[in-house]
Amino acid sequence: MKSNRLLYLLPLLTLAILAGFFGWSLLSGRDPASIGSVMVGRPAPRLAAPALLPGQPALTDALLHSGKPVLVNFFASWCTPCLAEHPLLERLAKRDGITIIGIAWKNKPEEARAWLERLGNPFAQVGYDLDGKMALDWGLSGVPETFLIDAQGIVRLHFRAPLLEKDVNERIMPLLKAGS
Amino acid sequence: MRLPRAFVGACLMLLLALPVLAPAFAVEPSEMLPDPALEARAREISRELRCVVCQNQSVDDSNAEVAHDIRRAVRERLVAGDSDSQVLDYMVARYGDYVLLKPPFRMRTLILWLGAPLVLLLGGLGIWRAALRRPPTAAPTPLSEEEKKKVEALLDSKEGVIPSEARDL
Repeated sequence: MKSNRLLYLLPLLTLAILAGFFGWSLLSGRDPASIGSVMVGRPAPRLAAPALLPGQPALTDALLHSGKPVLVNFFASWCTPCLAEHPLLERLAKRDGITIIGIAWKNKPEEARAWLERLGNPFAQVGYDLDGKMALDWGLSGVPETFLIDAQGIVRLHFRAPLLEKDVNERIMPLLKAGS
Repeated sequence: MRLPRAFVGACLMLLLALPVLAPAFAVEPSEMLPDPALEARAREISRELRCVVCQNQSVDDSNAEVAHDIRRAVRERLVAGDSDSQVLDYMVARYGDYVLLKPPFRMRTLILWLGAPLVLLLGGLGIWRAALRRPPTAAPTPLSEEEKKKVEALLDSKEGVIPSEARDL
């Protein structure tokens, strides 16, 4: 008879466990739609792309091993969120002096060039990946995506969304300060 | 032989509907490999890969840009001589376990794989124990004298005719 009475508590217990899980999901900031990244903590993938702008050298792995951290930003002129994060990249490059390497993804070079001419060019060097072959090695799912590569050439952060002020202040800047 | 007009009409309608009924493949002819055996393997692998921008669609079904790139990379790896599992590993190295439609069996996915069988097992065990503990049903009480009489009257009566005194049984 005693175990029967305990059995009546089972639905209540189930409810408590479910409520706990839902509460945790709401409050922990977990995003079940996020596909995550396996790149973080690994050496940066191969960087090899033809230069977008005339007179600039092509992008090579040497850019990721210059002894200081760099941001690698994939963008496209047809991508609206890229437009949204563009002023932030400009500020990071011009005010904070951060090296940003840009790669125009699935973007006709002349269109990417026109886009940079119109909005300003925050990139120390910029290349293009017309067929997305190199981007696959970076585990890219779309644009914009941004990687922070540390001075040792290891990927430290991978953003699968337009950069926000919060990302810069809370995640990028602290790492850059710690690294320099 | 003359076919009824309605039949001809129905056939015509079906013919018109055919392109709609055919499944729409995302794989473009230009992506396909000339070798049918390799192409079949590529299709099989793309069905196991999850499109990374469309939540729950295979790379084989998706028209997304990235899905197209992944399909192309799968074929390139196959042509280069990779085995099926090497191609899957190649994708996992870039996109993580997310890219597999069938999650791998790991410590992290233990609950996913064993949770449902475990609940089934526990539930079954509970039902089994409850069945064991239930007291056996009591033996049926014998008929009273009055009931016996009514039954006999029923049995004696002609088939299909029920005596009026037995009707309230």
